[in-house]
Amino acid sequence: MRQHGFGIHPPLFYDLSRLANAMLNSSLKQLSTLLAAKKISSVELTGEFLKRVKALNPDYNAFITIDEKISLAQAQTADAMIASGQAQPLTGIPIAQKDIFCTKGWLTTCGSKMLSNFVSPYDAGVIERFNAAGAVNIGKTNMDEFAMGSSNETSFYGPVKNPWDITAVPGGSSGGSACAVAARMAPAATGTDTGGSIRQPAALCGISGIKPTYGLVSRYGMIAFASSLDQGGPMAKSAEDLALMLNVMTGFDTRDSTSLQRASEDYMRDLAKPLQGLRIGLPKEYFVAGMSADVARAVEAAITEYRRLGAETVEVSLPNTKLSIPVYYVLAPAEASSNLSRFDGVRYGHRAPEYTNLNDMYQKSRAQGFGAEVKRRILIGTYVLSHGYYDAYYIQAQKLRRLIAQDFAAAFAQCDIIMGPTTPTTAFALGEKSGNPVQMYLSDTYTIATNLAGLPGMSIPAGFGDNNRPVGLHIIGNYFTEAQMLNVAHQYQQVTDWHIRMPDKLIT
Amino acid sequence: MSLSLDDIKRVANLACIEVSETEAATALIQLSGIFGLIEQMQAVDTSAIEPMSHAQDVVQRLRDDTVTESDQRELFQSIAPKTEAGLYLVPKVIE
Repeated sequence: MRQHGFGIHPPLFYDLSRLANAMLNSSLKQLSTLLAAKKISSVELTGEFLKRVKALNPDYNAFITIDEKISLAQAQTADAMIASGQAQPLTGIPIAQKDIFCTKGWLTTCGSKMLSNFVSPYDAGVIERFNAAGAVNIGKTNMDEFAMGSSNETSFYGPVKNPWDITAVPGGSSGGSACAVAARMAPAATGTDTGGSIRQPAALCGISGIKPTYGLVSRYGMIAFASSLDQGGPMAKSAEDLALMLNVMTGFDTRDSTSLQRASEDYMRDLAKPLQGLRIGLPKEYFVAGMSADVARAVEAAITEYRRLGAETVEVSLPNTKLSIPVYYVLAPAEASSNLSRFDGVRYGHRAPEYTNLNDMYQKSRAQGFGAEVKRRILIGTYVLSHGYYDAYYIQAQKLRRLIAQDFAAAFAQCDIIMGPTTPTTAFALGEKSGNPVQMYLSDTYTIATNLAGLPGMSIPAGFGDNNRPVGLHIIGNYFTEAQMLNVAHQYQQVTDWHIRMPDKLIT
Repeated sequence: MSLSLDDIKRVANLACIEVSETEAATALIQLSGIFGLIEQMQAVDTSAIEPMSHAQDVVQRLRDDTVTESDQRELFQSIAPKTEAGLYLVPKVIE
């Protein structure tokens, strides 16, 4: 029998709980070094983070499922990989997985009552990649139901709280992942982004997150919302951590028909490059009314910092920006209404306990299984695709999508990278917008256009607004320029410390 | 464009979602607000523009028509609401 786990490690020379405190702000690279040097085992590291999850999750609700037994078994496997010299950069590191990624043997709910009994019989492509890398799954994170939401309030499992202020939303839909990283319940997490669902919660929780170019991360086993817009990506403290995560998450997958076949990249390769001569485009439409004064101050200060680092700024124009929200709220619901037709109570998921015939079974199962926001979007989608309205809504939205993509192409002729705020305001209060869908939708005003164009987008912490709530700096790159975006973010994080700030009350 | 309560009920029926009178009335108010937002699209002349269905200009990949998956019926049916003899059970549809 192969020897693994606890036994083979030399005794620790210092107090583990003090080490655990130091680990809270450690980068993935630092954790990897500790593991490689056998200063700590993956079982110990995983155990420390699980302890923190169990202590904090009752207040924050960031996780829907934790399974200590599976996590520790994975940690043992990782320790064996390390002991036999087969360690990769993420081997043994606990990663929180958004509950949208099908994970074999784990409850995979997508934040919905519809899937509240769904133990996935298979792994998503992304999960397979983390497993192959020897990463440990520390738990499945809470999210807006079927990723439809910007506040995490649409989850069947209740809202997640913002670690910076328990009365504020964490953003959504990847709110659980953002909270888990911000509260240091996990060193890093996965998210998905259809209209801003990685970047907006990253901004509101003061962490870093990147939505890669559409097609780089496999959508196989990632429960579909709007297939032409959905893209998985990492959420972590720093750009360097995101780069390590992207190295694992990206890659061709034959089982996803829109997965791109490209040579693999090392996203760490350009982190150290100086920013001398970088041309930053500032869209004039992003710096107008709508952005709150505290967000504007933080974003302008970040841009000043970039000028100090040698970058130049140039005004660009994205004239169709204001159309992104209307276009998105036609296309995304249309695709969702089609994708979610699979939930019929026949093969898996919720089935109504009582019904009179087959159609009644469908109608009742779906009425009971879906929450209000999901139903709203299915109704919108069904309407815009229905006879007589298809051209006026769906086709018109697809045409405008092209105009929005063309705006970016024109802007990138004048600059290397685009910057602006990730969100118009800092985190809003729980309940503030949940009764008003239109107000909620408008909070994604800066992030949606990149999904429509399929471009990569990222948010990094850039200070704090009023009430000490975090502000995110939005970085949009041209197609396949993730390595450059990470470089741009990393250089800023070398001269600022926003990304390693954490709420005082959470420092144990 | 203005939505009616009948539109909501018709669409809910197409989407196979049961709605009560109260739910339909609430949906009417909320969807009317959302369509107010969506209507901004109609102000743009797009007659010369090709619709864009996808972010990347790629063609659909095809694969050979061969069996690639192994039989996992029992595993998949283990999470189904109702099965019998390897079949999914639904209410009777043919009299």
